[in-house]
Amino acid sequence: MIINHPILGPRDFQEFTYLGDASLIDRPDWQADNAADQFHDYLYLRDNPAGEHRELWFHEQGDRSWLVVTRNTVTHEILNVELARDVARARGRSK
Amino acid sequence: MRYSGLKVIKEALTGHKGWRPTWRDPEPKKSYDVVIIGGGGHGLATAYYLAKNHNITNVAVIEKGWIGGGNVGRNTTIIRSNYLLDGNEPFYELSLKLWEGLEQDFNYNAMVSQRGILNLVHTDAQRDAARRRGNAMILNGSDAELLDTDGVRAMYPFLNFNDARFPIKGGLLHRRGGTVRHDAVAWGYARGADLRGVDIIQNCEVTGFKIENGKCLGVETTKGFIGANKVASCVAGSSSRVMEKAGMRLPIESHVLQAFVSEGLKPVLDGVITFGAGHFYCSQSDKGGLVFGGDLDMYNSYAQRGNLPVVEDVMEGGMALIPALGRVRMLRSWGGIMDMSMDGSPFIDKTHIDGLYFNGGWCYGGFKATPASGWCYAHLLATDTPHKVATAYRLDRFRRGCMIDEKGQGAQPNLH
Repeated sequence: MIINHPILGPRDFQEFTYLGDASLIDRPDWQADNAADQFHDYLYLRDNPAGEHRELWFHEQGDRSWLVVTRNTVTHEILNVELARDVARARGRSK
Repeated sequence: MRYSGLKVIKEALTGHKGWRPTWRDPEPKKSYDVVIIGGGGHGLATAYYLAKNHNITNVAVIEKGWIGGGNVGRNTTIIRSNYLLDGNEPFYELSLKLWEGLEQDFNYNAMVSQRGILNLVHTDAQRDAARRRGNAMILNGSDAELLDTDGVRAMYPFLNFNDARFPIKGGLLHRRGGTVRHDAVAWGYARGADLRGVDIIQNCEVTGFKIENGKCLGVETTKGFIGANKVASCVAGSSSRVMEKAGMRLPIESHVLQAFVSEGLKPVLDGVITFGAGHFYCSQSDKGGLVFGGDLDMYNSYAQRGNLPVVEDVMEGGMALIPALGRVRMLRSWGGIMDMSMDGSPFIDKTHIDGLYFNGGWCYGGFKATPASGWCYAHLLATDTPHKVATAYRLDRFRRGCMIDEKGQGAQPNLH
């Protein structure tokens, strides 16, 4: 698989390590009343779709940026690549 | 369908026209006591033990493709009982004991071969860990023997003992471990279940569950609605896809694991060996091909095929351990989809929906678990209480903090 890095261009996926579902960006509010339940779901439960999957890849052998890669888990086709930084900011993180 | 030496000779002389299907091909009835989703090893074993141990024979196994076409036909055929933790080892020991009597039990040749598994160690720390694991195995009724370098050399003189980075310091030998003809396991269980009245319905995919007032009443399928008092999902690899239809999210990711087989060779390797310093293990099939396995491809996948980097990684591991492999040609590789759970251990449990049961999360250890998985799942379905060796395999164990994490990796499925 070739991951089209937003800054560096096409890179072999062997340069990256894989973390998992991009929902891991959405860390729950630890002060919420049901924080324990929210953290359980956040940490342990996954949608695990067959098809489009947004996931976190770390460019460990490159510029050490975190990417959100949208990839089809049935065909391995990569549909979109974004900087995780941009995704997190768009969701109101790190204002 | 029964087999005998006489029948083989007779059929050979008469053009093989007398063989009949080994199991029936029935249309689904309107309803059953138990509907098992998934005609793999675990589903068929569950049906077999429901009929045999609990006398529940009004059972259907529904399978979207053909039986035994999933992971029971895609593994590296190894059976073993060499786990460390209390939640696991009694279960896998039961499984190995069932393997030992399986062929006599279902009267089918599954080629169970207890040729021994040797886990090599390369450092002092690994030797300590192997000793601890061996003690845990013995405490649970399994067998383990710690070998030093000379002990390993006597068994496998062709290994690379003096590698500069990973010298072989010894190994943990599990003599009762071995290999099994994997497809025959599915066929043997299928025939045994079919003979006891279980309907095996192939080419029948579940498209939804009928759930009313918190009770599961049956499944919608491509062959229509099938009612059931109890619905038992048993589709490891696709668990998230099936249970999503019942509105459940699972502590599981699906990952691809590749395996490889070489051209046929004369007998060179009479047991199973695992490399302790890299992701590589190897045995030799009865046809002569060397069967290799390695690590996951690391990313979520439902593709049943992998990528070349893991092929390279596994072959490098093989070359590091057995330099003589350099002249062997690889013949085939394939990939299977694993239910990778959040702690590396499986589930055999009721769900929060009345009448809906779940079996899955087997990671890459599902094949060896087949008999005990069926045994314990049948026990749960028949009695509504978990079997005593499967009490830890609960879906809510993460909420309760009772993970069974053999490798201590935490909630990162691709590292288990």
